[in-house]
Amino acid sequence: MKLAIASGKGGTGKSMVAANLAFTLAMDSQVSLVDCDVEEPNLHLFFPSDPMTRDVTLPIPVIDELICTYCGKCGEFCRYGAISVLPKKLLFFADLCHSCGGCVLVCPEKAIHEEPKRIGTLSVSTPLPGLKLVTGMLDTGSPLAVPIIHEVKKETSDDPIVILDTAPGTSCPVVEALEGCDACILVTESTPFGLHDLGLAADVTERLGIPAGVIINRSDGKDEETLRFCAEHGLDVMLTIPFSREIASIQSRGDLLCRVQPEWQKEFRSLFIKSKLLAKEDL
Amino acid sequence: MIRIAVVSGKGGTGKTMVTAALSRLLKGSLVLADCDVDAANLALVQNPRLLQTDPFMGMKAAVIDPNLCTACGACQEHCRFNAVDMEDGTYRINASRCEGCAVCTVVCPADAVSMQPRQTGVILYSEVACGHLVHARLVPGAGNSGLLVHAVKKTALERDGDADMFLVDGPPGTGCPLISSVSGMNAVLVITEPSVSGLHDLKRVITVCRQFRPKIFVVVNRYDLNPVHTKEIETYCREEDLSLISKIPFDPAVIDAVRAGVPVTDLDVSPASQAIRILADDLKKELIHLDSR
Repeated sequence: MKLAIASGKGGTGKSMVAANLAFTLAMDSQVSLVDCDVEEPNLHLFFPSDPMTRDVTLPIPVIDELICTYCGKCGEFCRYGAISVLPKKLLFFADLCHSCGGCVLVCPEKAIHEEPKRIGTLSVSTPLPGLKLVTGMLDTGSPLAVPIIHEVKKETSDDPIVILDTAPGTSCPVVEALEGCDACILVTESTPFGLHDLGLAADVTERLGIPAGVIINRSDGKDEETLRFCAEHGLDVMLTIPFSREIASIQSRGDLLCRVQPEWQKEFRSLFIKSKLLAKEDL
Repeated sequence: MIRIAVVSGKGGTGKTMVTAALSRLLKGSLVLADCDVDAANLALVQNPRLLQTDPFMGMKAAVIDPNLCTACGACQEHCRFNAVDMEDGTYRINASRCEGCAVCTVVCPADAVSMQPRQTGVILYSEVACGHLVHARLVPGAGNSGLLVHAVKKTALERDGDADMFLVDGPPGTGCPLISSVSGMNAVLVITEPSVSGLHDLKRVITVCRQFRPKIFVVVNRYDLNPVHTKEIETYCREEDLSLISKIPFDPAVIDAVRAGVPVTDLDVSPASQAIRILADDLKKELIHLDSR
Protein backbone atom coordinates (compact mmCIF):
# COMPACT_ATOMS: atom_id res chain seq x y z
CA MET A 1 0.00 0.00 0.00
CA LYS A 2 1.50 3.29 -1.12
CA LEU A 3 -0.48 6.20 0.27
CA ALA A 4 0.35 9.81 -0.65
CA ILE A 5 -0.61 12.88 1.36
CA ALA A 6 -0.96 15.96 -0.88
CA SER A 7 -2.67 19.34 -0.78
CA GLY A 8 -2.17 21.97 -3.46
CA LYS A 9 -2.05 24.78 -0.90
CA GLY A 10 0.87 24.79 1.51
CA GLY A 11 0.53 24.66 5.27
CA THR A 12 -2.78 22.79 5.38
CA GLY A 13 -1.36 20.03 7.57
CA LYS A 14 0.05 17.36 5.23
CA SER A 15 3.02 16.61 7.45
CA MET A 16 0.81 16.55 10.53
CA VAL A 17 -1.45 13.94 8.94
CA ALA A 18 1.45 11.87 7.58
CA ALA A 19 3.34 11.91 10.90
CA ASN A 20 0.32 11.00 13.03
CA LEU A 21 -0.82 8.27 10.67
CA ALA A 22 2.64 6.70 10.58
CA PHE A 23 3.04 7.01 14.37
CA THR A 24 -0.27 5.24 14.98
CA LEU A 25 0.22 2.45 12.45
CA ALA A 26 3.81 1.81 13.56
CA MET A 27 2.54 0.60 16.94
CA ASP A 28 1.61 -2.75 15.43
CA SER A 29 2.84 -2.74 11.80
CA GLN A 30 6.01 -2.03 9.85
CA VAL A 31 5.54 1.43 8.29
CA SER A 32 7.75 3.50 6.01
CA LEU A 33 7.28 7.25 6.09
CA VAL A 34 8.79 9.15 3.16
CA ASP A 35 9.34 12.90 3.12
CA CYS A 36 8.98 13.86 -0.55
CA ASP A 37 8.79 17.59 0.27
CA VAL A 38 12.52 17.74 -0.38
CA GLU A 39 12.62 21.55 -0.64
CA GLU A 40 11.33 21.95 2.91
CA PRO A 41 11.25 18.55 4.59
CA ASN A 42 9.81 18.63 8.12
CA LEU A 43 8.95 15.08 9.18
CA HIS A 44 12.35 14.51 10.81
CA LEU A 45 11.49 17.33 13.22
CA PHE A 46 8.65 15.19 14.62
CA PHE A 47 10.81 12.05 14.82
CA PRO A 48 14.26 13.04 16.06
CA SER A 49 16.76 10.21 15.58
CA ASP A 50 20.24 9.51 14.26
CA PRO A 51 19.88 8.87 10.53
CA MET A 52 22.23 7.26 8.04
CA THR A 53 22.76 9.99 5.46
CA ARG A 54 24.19 9.76 1.97
CA ASP A 55 24.61 12.22 -0.87
CA VAL A 56 22.27 12.29 -3.85
CA THR A 57 24.22 13.19 -6.96
CA LEU A 58 23.58 13.85 -10.61
CA PRO A 59 26.14 13.31 -13.37
CA ILE A 60 27.22 16.61 -14.87
CA PRO A 61 29.58 17.18 -17.77
CA VAL A 62 33.27 17.89 -17.45
CA ILE A 63 34.81 19.21 -20.66
CA ASP A 64 38.46 18.49 -21.41
CA GLU A 65 39.67 21.72 -22.96
CA LEU A 66 42.83 20.01 -24.26
CA ILE A 67 40.66 17.93 -26.59
CA CYS A 68 37.85 20.46 -27.18
CA THR A 69 37.98 22.28 -30.52
CA TYR A 70 35.35 24.87 -29.47
CA CYS A 71 33.09 23.68 -32.29
CA GLY A 72 30.08 24.75 -30.21
CA LYS A 73 27.91 21.67 -30.82
CA CYS A 74 27.34 21.05 -27.08
CA GLY A 75 26.29 24.65 -26.44
CA GLU A 76 23.96 24.58 -29.44
CA PHE A 77 22.39 21.35 -28.24
CA CYS A 78 21.89 22.25 -24.57
CA ARG A 79 18.23 23.32 -24.12
CA TYR A 80 18.96 24.77 -20.69
CA GLY A 81 21.65 27.27 -21.63
CA ALA A 82 24.14 25.52 -19.33
CA ILE A 83 27.05 25.60 -21.81
CA SER A 84 28.37 28.68 -23.63
CA VAL A 85 31.13 28.13 -26.14
CA LEU A 86 33.21 31.19 -27.05
CA PRO A 87 35.93 31.19 -29.74
CA LYS A 88 38.65 30.09 -27.28
CA LYS A 89 36.76 29.62 -24.05
CA LEU A 90 34.07 27.45 -22.48
CA LEU A 91 31.59 28.47 -19.82
CA PHE A 92 29.62 25.82 -17.93
CA PHE A 93 26.80 26.80 -15.53
CA ALA A 94 26.28 23.76 -13.30
CA ASP A 95 23.07 25.13 -11.72
CA LEU A 96 21.35 25.24 -15.11
CA CYS A 97 22.38 21.69 -16.08
CA HIS A 98 19.57 19.11 -15.96
CA SER A 99 21.96 16.19 -16.37
CA CYS A 100 20.43 14.90 -19.60
CA GLY A 101 23.75 13.68 -21.00
CA GLY A 102 23.09 15.25 -24.40
CA CYS A 103 26.36 17.18 -24.60
CA VAL A 104 28.34 13.96 -24.17
CA LEU A 105 26.41 12.40 -27.06
CA VAL A 106 26.83 15.29 -29.50
CA CYS A 107 30.51 16.08 -28.89
CA PRO A 108 32.35 14.93 -32.03
CA GLU A 109 35.74 14.93 -30.23
CA LYS A 110 34.61 12.86 -27.21
CA ALA A 111 35.95 15.67 -25.07
CA ILE A 112 33.14 15.47 -22.51
CA HIS A 113 32.73 12.97 -19.69
CA GLU A 114 30.47 13.12 -16.65
CA GLU A 115 31.23 13.36 -12.95
CA PRO A 116 28.80 13.27 -10.03
CA LYS A 117 27.66 16.55 -8.48
CA ARG A 118 25.84 16.59 -5.15
CA ILE A 119 22.35 18.13 -5.23
CA GLY A 120 21.07 16.97 -1.85
CA THR A 121 20.94 14.15 0.66
CA LEU A 122 18.89 11.10 1.54
CA SER A 123 18.56 10.06 5.20
CA VAL A 124 17.16 6.83 6.61
CA SER A 125 16.40 6.36 10.28
CA THR A 126 14.37 4.18 12.65
CA PRO A 127 12.88 6.63 15.16
CA LEU A 128 10.41 4.01 16.48
CA PRO A 129 10.65 0.21 16.38
CA GLY A 130 8.02 -0.13 13.62
CA LEU A 131 8.88 3.04 11.72
CA LYS A 132 11.37 3.66 8.93
CA LEU A 133 11.73 7.33 8.08
CA VAL A 134 13.24 8.35 4.74
CA THR A 135 13.94 12.03 4.18
CA GLY A 136 15.12 13.66 0.99
CA MET A 137 16.67 17.09 1.37
CA LEU A 138 17.55 19.35 -1.55
CA ASP A 139 20.70 21.41 -0.98
CA THR A 140 19.78 25.08 -0.60
CA GLY A 141 20.37 26.86 -3.89
CA SER A 142 19.92 23.70 -5.95
CA PRO A 143 16.82 23.95 -8.17
CA LEU A 144 16.19 20.28 -9.05
CA ALA A 145 13.86 18.55 -6.60
CA VAL A 146 12.62 15.72 -8.83
CA PRO A 147 15.77 13.51 -8.89
CA ILE A 148 15.84 13.47 -5.07
CA ILE A 149 12.17 12.49 -4.87
CA HIS A 150 12.95 9.69 -7.31
CA GLU A 151 15.74 8.44 -5.01
CA VAL A 152 13.73 8.53 -1.76
CA LYS A 153 10.89 6.61 -3.40
CA LYS A 154 13.31 3.95 -4.61
CA GLU A 155 14.46 3.49 -1.02
CA THR A 156 10.99 2.21 -0.02
CA SER A 157 9.80 0.64 -3.27
CA ASP A 158 9.47 -2.86 -1.76
CA ASP A 159 8.12 -1.88 1.66
CA PRO A 160 4.61 -3.09 2.61
CA ILE A 161 3.09 0.15 3.95
CA VAL A 162 4.49 3.41 2.61
CA ILE A 163 3.15 6.86 3.51
CA LEU A 164 4.48 9.65 1.29
CA ASP A 165 4.31 13.29 2.35
CA THR A 166 4.43 15.42 -0.82
CA ALA A 167 5.39 19.03 -1.52
CA PRO A 168 2.62 21.62 -1.85
CA GLY A 169 1.65 22.66 -5.36
CA THR A 170 0.59 20.80 -8.47
CA SER A 171 3.71 20.66 -10.66
CA CYS A 172 6.55 18.23 -11.27
CA PRO A 173 7.65 17.50 -7.66
CA VAL A 174 4.08 16.55 -6.75
CA VAL A 175 3.60 14.42 -9.86
CA GLU A 176 6.89 12.64 -9.20
CA ALA A 177 5.79 11.79 -5.64
CA LEU A 178 2.28 10.70 -6.66
CA GLU A 179 3.19 8.41 -9.55
CA GLY A 180 2.73 4.76 -8.64
CA CYS A 181 0.73 5.49 -5.46
CA ASP A 182 -2.37 3.41 -4.74
CA ALA A 183 -4.35 6.22 -3.11
CA CYS A 184 -3.99 9.86 -2.10
CA ILE A 185 -5.31 11.86 0.83
CA LEU A 186 -5.83 15.55 -0.01
CA VAL A 187 -5.55 17.77 3.06
CA THR A 188 -7.45 21.04 2.84
CA GLU A 189 -8.73 23.84 5.05
CA SER A 190 -12.18 25.34 4.76
CA THR A 191 -11.23 28.70 3.25
CA PRO A 192 -11.58 29.83 -0.38
CA PHE A 193 -7.75 29.46 -0.71
CA GLY A 194 -7.94 25.89 0.56
CA LEU A 195 -10.88 25.03 -1.67
CA HIS A 196 -9.36 26.60 -4.80
CA ASP A 197 -6.15 24.61 -4.38
CA LEU A 198 -8.02 21.43 -3.41
CA GLY A 199 -9.66 21.67 -6.83
CA LEU A 200 -6.26 21.88 -8.53
CA ALA A 201 -4.84 18.97 -6.52
CA ALA A 202 -7.91 16.82 -7.20
CA ASP A 203 -7.41 17.56 -10.88
CA VAL A 204 -3.86 16.18 -10.67
CA THR A 205 -4.85 12.94 -8.89
CA GLU A 206 -7.67 12.45 -11.39
CA ARG A 207 -5.31 12.91 -14.35
CA LEU A 208 -2.91 10.39 -12.81
CA GLY A 209 -5.77 7.97 -12.14
CA ILE A 210 -5.11 7.85 -8.40
CA PRO A 211 -8.19 7.48 -6.14
CA ALA A 212 -8.37 10.36 -3.66
CA GLY A 213 -10.18 11.30 -0.45
CA VAL A 214 -10.18 14.51 1.59
CA ILE A 215 -9.29 15.64 5.11
CA ILE A 216 -10.62 19.01 6.25
CA ASN A 217 -8.11 20.38 8.74
CA ARG A 218 -8.48 23.31 11.16
CA SER A 219 -12.20 23.29 10.51
CA ASP A 220 -14.11 26.15 12.11
CA GLY A 221 -17.40 24.48 11.21
CA LYS A 222 -17.98 26.59 8.10
CA ASP A 223 -17.23 23.72 5.71
CA GLU A 224 -20.34 23.86 3.49
CA GLU A 225 -18.51 24.95 0.33
CA THR A 226 -15.83 22.30 0.74
CA LEU A 227 -18.39 19.59 1.49
CA ARG A 228 -20.38 20.60 -1.60
CA PHE A 229 -17.25 20.48 -3.76
CA CYS A 230 -16.34 17.03 -2.43
CA ALA A 231 -19.85 15.69 -3.01
CA GLU A 232 -19.88 17.05 -6.57
CA HIS A 233 -16.50 15.49 -7.35
CA GLY A 234 -17.10 12.16 -5.66
CA LEU A 235 -14.43 12.78 -3.02
CA ASP A 236 -15.05 11.14 0.34
CA VAL A 237 -14.41 13.39 3.35
CA MET A 238 -12.42 10.88 5.40
CA LEU A 239 -11.73 12.98 8.49
CA THR A 240 -12.45 16.47 9.82
CA ILE A 241 -10.01 17.93 12.36
CA PRO A 242 -11.35 20.98 14.20
CA PHE A 243 -9.32 24.13 14.72
CA SER A 244 -8.05 24.30 18.27
CA ARG A 245 -5.22 26.27 19.84
CA GLU A 246 -4.27 23.09 21.71
CA ILE A 247 -3.76 21.09 18.48
CA ALA A 248 -1.91 24.02 16.88
CA SER A 249 0.37 24.21 19.90
CA ILE A 250 1.13 20.45 19.89
CA GLN A 251 2.03 20.68 16.22
CA SER A 252 4.09 23.86 16.52
CA ARG A 253 6.38 22.43 19.20
CA GLY A 254 7.07 19.36 17.05
CA ASP A 255 4.94 16.94 19.04
CA LEU A 256 2.30 14.52 17.74
CA LEU A 257 -1.43 14.81 18.31
CA CYS A 258 -1.78 11.02 18.57
CA ARG A 259 0.92 10.86 21.25
CA VAL A 260 -0.44 13.71 23.38
CA GLN A 261 -4.12 12.88 22.86
CA PRO A 262 -4.19 9.08 22.29
CA GLU A 263 -7.93 9.19 21.60
CA TRP A 264 -7.01 10.46 18.12
CA GLN A 265 -5.31 7.15 17.26
CA LYS A 266 -8.74 5.60 16.64
CA GLU A 267 -9.49 8.34 14.07
CA PHE A 268 -6.20 7.74 12.26
CA ARG A 269 -6.69 3.96 12.24
CA SER A 270 -10.09 4.48 10.69
CA LEU A 271 -8.50 6.90 8.19
CA PHE A 272 -6.11 4.15 7.11
CA ILE A 273 -8.96 1.65 6.64
CA LYS A 274 -10.80 4.22 4.48
CA SER A 275 -7.59 4.71 2.47
CA LYS A 276 -7.36 0.98 1.86
CA LEU A 277 -10.96 1.00 0.66
CA LEU A 278 -10.08 3.87 -1.68
CA ALA A 279 -7.19 1.83 -3.06
CA LYS A 280 -9.53 -1.18 -3.32
CA GLU A 281 -7.17 -3.20 -1.15
CA ASP A 282 -8.30 -6.13 0.98
CA LEU A 283 -8.78 -5.17 4.59
CA MET B 1 11.43 50.67 -9.30
CA ILE B 2 11.46 48.87 -5.96
CA ARG B 3 11.06 45.13 -6.35
CA ILE B 4 9.85 43.10 -3.36
CA ALA B 5 9.17 39.37 -3.17
CA VAL B 6 7.09 37.88 -0.36
CA VAL B 7 8.28 34.32 0.35
CA SER B 8 8.18 31.84 3.22
CA GLY B 9 9.90 28.49 2.74
CA LYS B 10 7.09 26.71 4.56
CA GLY B 11 3.68 26.89 2.92
CA GLY B 12 0.59 28.36 4.52
CA THR B 13 2.32 30.98 6.67
CA GLY B 14 0.29 33.87 5.24
CA LYS B 15 2.25 35.16 2.23
CA THR B 16 -0.80 35.87 0.12
CA MET B 17 -2.76 37.74 2.79
CA VAL B 18 0.25 39.93 3.65
CA THR B 19 0.91 40.62 -0.05
CA ALA B 20 -2.74 41.52 -0.64
CA ALA B 21 -2.81 43.90 2.33
CA LEU B 22 0.48 45.55 1.37
CA SER B 23 -0.82 46.11 -2.15
CA ARG B 24 -3.46 48.41 -0.62
CA LEU B 25 -1.19 50.14 1.87
CA LEU B 26 2.06 50.89 0.03
CA LYS B 27 1.94 54.23 -1.75
CA GLY B 28 2.59 54.85 -5.42
CA SER B 29 1.78 52.89 -8.56
CA LEU B 30 2.06 49.17 -8.19
CA VAL B 31 2.29 46.04 -10.29
CA LEU B 32 1.55 42.73 -8.60
CA ALA B 33 2.65 39.26 -9.68
CA ASP B 34 1.43 35.97 -8.25
CA CYS B 35 4.45 33.72 -8.68
CA ASP B 36 2.96 30.79 -6.77
CA VAL B 37 1.91 29.53 -10.17
CA ASP B 38 1.13 26.00 -8.92
CA ALA B 39 -1.60 27.24 -6.63
CA ALA B 40 -2.18 30.92 -7.30
CA ASN B 41 -4.49 32.53 -4.75
CA LEU B 42 -3.73 36.25 -4.82
CA ALA B 43 -6.50 36.94 -7.34
CA LEU B 44 -9.05 35.51 -4.90
CA VAL B 45 -8.58 38.55 -2.63
CA GLN B 46 -8.03 41.18 -5.35
CA ASN B 47 -11.33 41.18 -7.24
CA PRO B 48 -9.50 41.34 -10.59
CA ARG B 49 -10.97 42.49 -13.88
CA LEU B 50 -9.34 40.31 -16.52
CA LEU B 51 -7.83 42.33 -19.38
CA GLN B 52 -5.82 39.79 -21.33
CA THR B 53 -5.03 36.07 -21.45
CA ASP B 54 -1.91 34.71 -23.16
CA PRO B 55 -0.89 31.10 -23.63
CA PHE B 56 2.27 30.00 -21.87
CA MET B 57 4.42 27.72 -23.96
CA GLY B 58 6.72 25.62 -21.79
CA MET B 59 9.81 23.91 -23.16
CA LYS B 60 9.23 21.94 -26.34
CA ALA B 61 8.54 18.28 -25.63
CA ALA B 62 9.50 15.20 -27.61
CA VAL B 63 6.90 13.46 -29.76
CA ILE B 64 7.43 10.06 -31.42
CA ASP B 65 5.95 9.56 -34.87
CA PRO B 66 4.51 6.03 -34.69
CA ASN B 67 4.76 5.67 -38.48
CA LEU B 68 8.53 6.15 -38.41
CA CYS B 69 9.33 4.45 -35.08
CA THR B 70 11.02 1.04 -35.46
CA ALA B 71 10.59 0.24 -31.75
CA CYS B 72 14.35 -0.14 -31.22
CA GLY B 73 14.12 1.34 -27.72
CA ALA B 74 17.15 3.65 -28.01
CA CYS B 75 15.11 6.65 -26.80
CA GLN B 76 13.97 4.83 -23.68
CA GLU B 77 17.48 3.63 -22.94
CA HIS B 78 18.97 7.13 -23.14
CA CYS B 79 16.20 9.14 -21.48
CA ARG B 80 17.37 10.13 -18.00
CA PHE B 81 13.88 11.31 -16.97
CA ASN B 82 12.01 8.01 -17.50
CA ALA B 83 9.78 9.88 -19.93
CA VAL B 84 9.54 7.14 -22.56
CA ASP B 85 6.81 4.56 -21.95
CA MET B 86 6.41 1.32 -23.85
CA GLU B 87 3.08 -0.40 -24.17
CA ASP B 88 2.26 -3.28 -26.53
CA GLY B 89 5.51 -2.74 -28.42
CA THR B 90 4.78 0.96 -29.02
CA TYR B 91 6.98 3.70 -27.59
CA ARG B 92 5.36 6.91 -26.40
CA ILE B 93 6.59 10.05 -24.62
CA ASN B 94 5.04 10.80 -21.24
CA ALA B 95 4.73 14.57 -21.67
CA SER B 96 4.50 15.31 -17.96
CA ARG B 97 7.91 13.69 -17.38
CA CYS B 98 9.64 15.01 -20.53
CA GLU B 99 12.16 17.74 -19.65
CA GLY B 100 12.60 18.73 -23.27
CA CYS B 101 16.33 17.86 -23.42
CA ALA B 102 16.03 16.38 -26.96
CA VAL B 103 18.50 13.53 -26.31
CA CYS B 104 15.94 11.14 -27.85
CA THR B 105 16.05 13.08 -31.13
CA VAL B 106 19.83 12.50 -31.27
CA VAL B 107 19.80 8.78 -30.51
CA CYS B 108 16.80 7.81 -32.68
CA PRO B 109 18.19 6.02 -35.77
CA ALA B 110 14.89 6.43 -37.66
CA ASP B 111 14.46 10.18 -37.15
CA ALA B 112 11.08 9.43 -35.59
CA VAL B 113 11.33 11.90 -32.71
CA SER B 114 10.75 15.63 -33.01
CA MET B 115 10.46 18.45 -30.51
CA GLN B 116 7.00 20.05 -30.50
CA PRO B 117 5.81 23.18 -28.74
CA ARG B 118 3.28 22.59 -25.95
CA GLN B 119 1.12 24.91 -23.94
CA THR B 120 1.52 24.24 -20.20
CA GLY B 121 -0.37 27.20 -18.81
CA VAL B 122 -1.88 30.63 -19.31
CA ILE B 123 -0.72 34.06 -18.21
CA LEU B 124 -3.50 36.39 -17.06
CA TYR B 125 -3.23 40.17 -16.94
CA SER B 126 -5.83 41.94 -14.82
CA GLU B 127 -6.78 45.33 -13.46
CA VAL B 128 -6.99 45.51 -9.66
CA ALA B 129 -7.58 48.33 -7.16
CA CYS B 130 -3.88 49.14 -6.76
CA GLY B 131 -2.84 48.83 -10.42
CA HIS B 132 -2.28 45.64 -12.39
CA LEU B 133 -1.95 41.99 -11.44
CA VAL B 134 -0.16 39.35 -13.48
CA HIS B 135 -1.07 35.82 -12.50
CA ALA B 136 -0.99 32.44 -14.15
CA ARG B 137 -2.51 29.03 -14.27
CA LEU B 138 -0.29 26.03 -14.76
CA VAL B 139 -1.87 23.00 -16.36
CA PRO B 140 -2.20 20.73 -13.30
CA GLY B 141 0.64 18.24 -13.28
CA ALA B 142 2.72 20.17 -15.82
CA GLY B 143 6.38 20.92 -15.31
CA ASN B 144 8.35 24.11 -15.98
CA SER B 145 6.81 26.11 -13.15
CA GLY B 146 10.13 27.95 -12.75
CA LEU B 147 9.93 29.04 -16.38
CA LEU B 148 6.34 30.17 -15.90
CA VAL B 149 7.40 32.25 -12.88
CA HIS B 150 10.00 33.88 -15.09
CA ALA B 151 7.36 34.57 -17.77
CA VAL B 152 4.95 36.07 -15.21
CA LYS B 153 7.63 38.44 -13.91
CA LYS B 154 8.69 39.37 -17.42
CA THR B 155 5.10 40.18 -18.38
CA ALA B 156 4.73 42.43 -15.32
CA LEU B 157 7.96 44.30 -16.04
CA GLU B 158 7.26 44.71 -19.75
CA ARG B 159 3.73 46.04 -19.30
CA ASP B 160 4.20 48.01 -16.09
CA GLY B 161 7.90 48.82 -16.09
CA ASP B 162 7.11 52.42 -15.12
CA ALA B 163 5.34 51.45 -11.87
CA ASP B 164 6.92 52.63 -8.61
CA MET B 165 6.82 49.20 -7.09
CA PHE B 166 6.83 45.56 -8.16
CA LEU B 167 5.32 43.26 -5.53
CA VAL B 168 5.67 39.48 -5.96
CA ASP B 169 3.71 36.84 -4.04
CA GLY B 170 6.16 33.95 -4.09
CA PRO B 171 5.86 30.16 -3.93
CA PRO B 172 6.71 27.98 -0.93
CA GLY B 173 9.85 25.83 -1.06
CA THR B 174 13.45 26.53 -2.03
CA GLY B 175 13.65 25.01 -5.50
CA CYS B 176 13.29 26.19 -9.06
CA PRO B 177 10.13 28.40 -8.73
CA LEU B 178 11.42 30.07 -5.56
CA ILE B 179 14.83 30.81 -7.09
CA SER B 180 13.10 32.21 -10.17
CA SER B 181 10.85 34.41 -7.97
CA VAL B 182 13.66 35.90 -5.88
CA SER B 183 16.11 36.53 -8.69
CA GLY B 184 16.40 40.22 -9.60
CA MET B 185 14.44 41.49 -6.56
CA ASN B 186 15.95 44.13 -4.28
CA ALA B 187 13.99 43.21 -1.16
CA VAL B 188 12.53 40.00 0.19
CA LEU B 189 9.89 39.75 2.92
CA VAL B 190 10.03 36.30 4.53
CA ILE B 191 6.84 35.29 6.36
CA THR B 192 7.36 32.60 8.98
CA GLU B 193 5.38 31.09 11.86
CA PRO B 194 6.46 30.09 15.36
CA SER B 195 6.84 26.32 15.04
CA VAL B 196 9.71 23.87 14.66
CA SER B 197 8.84 23.57 10.97
CA GLY B 198 8.56 27.34 10.51
CA LEU B 199 12.05 28.03 11.86
CA HIS B 200 13.65 25.09 10.04
CA ASP B 201 12.18 26.25 6.72
CA LEU B 202 12.96 29.92 7.42
CA LYS B 203 16.67 29.13 7.79
CA ARG B 204 16.74 27.24 4.49
CA VAL B 205 14.91 29.88 2.47
CA ILE B 206 17.10 32.66 3.94
CA THR B 207 20.20 30.76 2.74
CA VAL B 208 18.79 30.67 -0.79
CA CYS B 209 17.62 34.31 -0.77
CA ARG B 210 21.02 35.55 0.41
CA GLN B 211 22.64 34.26 -2.77
CA PHE B 212 20.79 37.06 -4.58
CA ARG B 213 21.80 39.74 -2.04
CA PRO B 214 18.44 41.44 -1.53
CA LYS B 215 17.57 43.36 1.65
CA ILE B 216 15.79 40.74 3.80
CA PHE B 217 12.94 41.44 6.22
CA VAL B 218 11.39 38.75 8.45
CA VAL B 219 7.75 38.69 9.60
CA VAL B 220 6.46 36.27 12.27
CA ASN B 221 2.82 35.55 11.59
CA ARG B 222 0.49 34.17 14.31
CA TYR B 223 3.37 34.88 16.70
CA ASP B 224 1.22 34.50 19.84
CA LEU B 225 0.39 30.84 19.07
CA ASN B 226 3.80 29.76 20.38
CA PRO B 227 5.79 32.35 22.36
CA VAL B 228 8.72 29.93 22.84
CA HIS B 229 9.31 29.51 19.13
CA THR B 230 8.72 33.21 18.47
CA LYS B 231 11.61 33.85 20.90
CA GLU B 232 13.76 31.37 18.99
CA ILE B 233 13.02 33.14 15.71
CA GLU B 234 13.90 36.48 17.33
CA THR B 235 17.20 35.04 18.55
CA TYR B 236 17.97 33.58 15.14
CA CYS B 237 17.26 36.92 13.42
CA ARG B 238 19.49 38.76 15.89
CA GLU B 239 22.35 36.30 15.43
CA GLU B 240 22.03 36.41 11.66
CA ASP B 241 21.66 40.19 11.57
CA LEU B 242 18.26 39.93 9.92
CA SER B 243 15.67 42.65 10.32
CA LEU B 244 12.59 41.23 12.09
CA ILE B 245 10.20 43.89 10.92
CA SER B 246 6.84 42.69 12.24
CA LYS B 247 5.00 40.24 14.46
CA ILE B 248 1.38 39.63 13.45
CA PRO B 249 -0.98 38.04 16.02
CA PHE B 250 -3.30 35.12 15.32
CA ASP B 251 -6.61 36.61 14.27
CA PRO B 252 -9.80 34.83 13.07
CA ALA B 253 -10.57 38.02 11.06
CA VAL B 254 -7.98 36.81 8.51
CA ILE B 255 -10.18 33.84 7.61
CA ASP B 256 -13.24 36.12 7.49
CA ALA B 257 -11.34 38.34 5.04
CA VAL B 258 -10.37 35.41 2.79
CA ARG B 259 -14.01 34.34 2.79
CA ALA B 260 -15.06 37.90 1.91
CA GLY B 261 -12.43 37.98 -0.86
CA VAL B 262 -10.61 41.06 0.48
CA PRO B 263 -7.35 41.80 2.32
CA VAL B 264 -7.82 41.72 6.11
CA THR B 265 -6.94 45.42 6.25
CA ASP B 266 -10.15 46.19 4.32
CA LEU B 267 -12.30 44.89 7.18
CA ASP B 268 -12.96 46.59 10.52
CA VAL B 269 -9.95 47.14 12.71
CA SER B 270 -8.67 43.84 14.07
CA PRO B 271 -5.37 42.80 15.69
CA ALA B 272 -3.86 41.37 12.49
CA SER B 273 -5.01 44.31 10.40
CA GLN B 274 -3.45 46.75 12.87
CA ALA B 275 -0.14 44.90 12.85
CA ILE B 276 -0.03 44.80 9.04
CA ARG B 277 -0.72 48.56 8.86
CA ILE B 278 2.27 49.21 11.11
CA LEU B 279 4.32 46.77 9.01
CA ALA B 280 3.40 48.72 5.86
CA ASP B 281 4.46 52.02 7.47
CA ASP B 282 7.78 50.57 8.67
CA LEU B 283 8.40 48.98 5.31
CA LYS B 284 7.81 52.29 3.53
CA LYS B 285 10.52 53.93 5.65
CA GLU B 286 12.95 51.08 4.97
CA LEU B 287 12.21 51.14 1.25
CA ILE B 288 13.10 54.83 1.00
CA HIS B 289 16.58 53.90 2.23
CA LEU B 290 16.64 51.09 -0.28
CA ASP B 291 15.75 53.37 -3.16
CA SER B 292 18.58 55.75 -2.34
CA ARG B 293 21.14 52.98 -1.83
